[in-house]
Amino acid sequence: MHIIAFLIRRAVQAVIVMFVISLIGFSIQDNLGDPLRELVGQSVSEEVRNEMRQEMGLNDPFLVQYSRFIGKAVQGDLGTSYFFKRPALDVIMDKFPATFELVLGAVFIFLSLSIPAGIYCAIHRDSWLTRIIMSFSILGISIPVFLTAIGMVWLFGVELGWLPAFGRGQTVELPWGWDTGFLTWEGIRHLILPSIALSSIMLPLFIRLIRAEMMEAMGTDYVRFARAKGLPERRVRYVHAFRNTLLPVVTVGGLMVGTLIAYTILTETVFQWPGMGFMFLEAVNRVDTPLIIAYIIVVGLIFVVVNTLVDFLYTLINPMVKLPGAKA
Amino acid sequence: MISLKGFIRRFLSDPVAIAAGFVLLLLILMAVLAPLIAPQNPYDLMQLDIMDSEMPPVWREGGDPRFLLGTDAQGRGVLSTIMYGTGISLMIGIGAVIVQGVLGTTLGLIAGYKGGWIDAFLMRLADIQMSLSTLMIAIIVLAIFQAGFDANTYADYAIIMLIFIIGIAEWPKFARTVRSSVLGEKNKEYVDAARVIGLPARKIMVTHILPNTLTPVLVISTIQVAEAIMTEAALSFLGLGMPTDRPSLGSLIRSGFEFIFSGSWWITLYPAIVLVVLILALNLLGDWLRDVLNPKLRRGDD
Repeated sequence: MHIIAFLIRRAVQAVIVMFVISLIGFSIQDNLGDPLRELVGQSVSEEVRNEMRQEMGLNDPFLVQYSRFIGKAVQGDLGTSYFFKRPALDVIMDKFPATFELVLGAVFIFLSLSIPAGIYCAIHRDSWLTRIIMSFSILGISIPVFLTAIGMVWLFGVELGWLPAFGRGQTVELPWGWDTGFLTWEGIRHLILPSIALSSIMLPLFIRLIRAEMMEAMGTDYVRFARAKGLPERRVRYVHAFRNTLLPVVTVGGLMVGTLIAYTILTETVFQWPGMGFMFLEAVNRVDTPLIIAYIIVVGLIFVVVNTLVDFLYTLINPMVKLPGAKA
Repeated sequence: MISLKGFIRRFLSDPVAIAAGFVLLLLILMAVLAPLIAPQNPYDLMQLDIMDSEMPPVWREGGDPRFLLGTDAQGRGVLSTIMYGTGISLMIGIGAVIVQGVLGTTLGLIAGYKGGWIDAFLMRLADIQMSLSTLMIAIIVLAIFQAGFDANTYADYAIIMLIFIIGIAEWPKFARTVRSSVLGEKNKEYVDAARVIGLPARKIMVTHILPNTLTPVLVISTIQVAEAIMTEAALSFLGLGMPTDRPSLGSLIRSGFEFIFSGSWWITLYPAIVLVVLILALNLLGDWLRDVLNPKLRRGDD
């Protein structure tokens, strides 16, 4: 029963967040620039303008306009981009694969580095490699990500010329319209620098977190008991102790979703990566209101969905966890 | 709490703290005295000459002794723009933390002392806001402002807006810290005593509980200044922060980034070094302050 109560609570919270986001989207819709001017230009007389305003429903009461906005948004109609002259949602969906693959690359890199590094640092506390990893992670926290990215563009892209430093390279369109860079060598080469840059925000934080949690788990009674039973050290470390570091990692991972989305904007700007974040900044410069609104709503939706999934995952990994709001 | 004398003794016995404090003092002095000591005023268009643009640092071939660290694309001396830019970055960082501190401390006091639905509501709000992340909130709000106002109006209000947006987005950190100290204090005898003699809640909160929650506030403030400066730099780099004619360190890096490909690395490199050194010094001082004032407080899930 707890699970259901918990899911309802989460759903209510998700709805509240989406409601606030939709309100923001709606309220900037008419206030950023004049939708009529975008449609017909300056040359139309005041009378015709008023008629059009009436026709478009711009004079309707707030609630009527807002519910019309929501009704359309639910059907996937977020307006038409002024610049691209296409539905805003289509424009975003075209850019989504680029951002998604960038995040996938970054998550792959940071998981395959932070877990071994964190475990190693917890087990070999005083080795020289641990010292190097830990001082790297302290330095990493003090260097803004866009500087890491710029440094990489300069070093590997300009000075050494080893890897391409901007754009996505050659992409292949999959049957369902998804542009992927994973299938060509050039596409993968283009992905390397941006995804390392994006992973560099999470990396120091997670190495420290996994190390701390692992060290704590190694000192607990059940680990000592498992050793006393004569289980091989490998099994004690990787099954008994490591499992228990997963919970905090998932929790912090969930908290980082918003940060991760924000940093895709930074990474995409540095590497001219043709994803949603880069598109968003261009839309801001062009005052392309429908595209700005569509981006905010799509990002809000991604945020809410991922957060709910992470919370759900959390309860699956640890059935003992007392769900917030549920009676024990 | 430790005495002032003990505090100074601890400071003088720690080489890292001395170095960080010295560097920070140097940067602050450089920023405050910029109008007096900078070789050039980068805001004064009369002093700029487009013929001076993109000159390398003085020790490289083609350097000019007037511009120690070279010039940028508009012919501004990199050293002078860094001196002025550090001031703007510091001003926004400190201003934002004052806003965070006042807002967060007030709300944290109320949440902790009153409890009940006020507490539940404020902490829920804090959770949601924290998981949205400061940078994301700031990007969206500034994007809306920038799209809504023309460039000149935006440039005039950029500093104030950055201070308030970063300040409002980060209040939960202070509120949580203060709330947890209030929860520890509010059932102590001196608070009971104050309540028994009939003092109003506001007076108990402000004059009795507040002073006992200030140590952790002081500790996180230093690290928050570093975070705020980093956030501001990221925003300016995206073109959502300070305009390029009144640059902070972040907007200097932004305007230099275009020229990395043509080989003018100095426009980006020197502001970047100053930014990293500034953040590192603040972080090291913050960590030191935390260890001295409150060993139990750990830099948590930021």
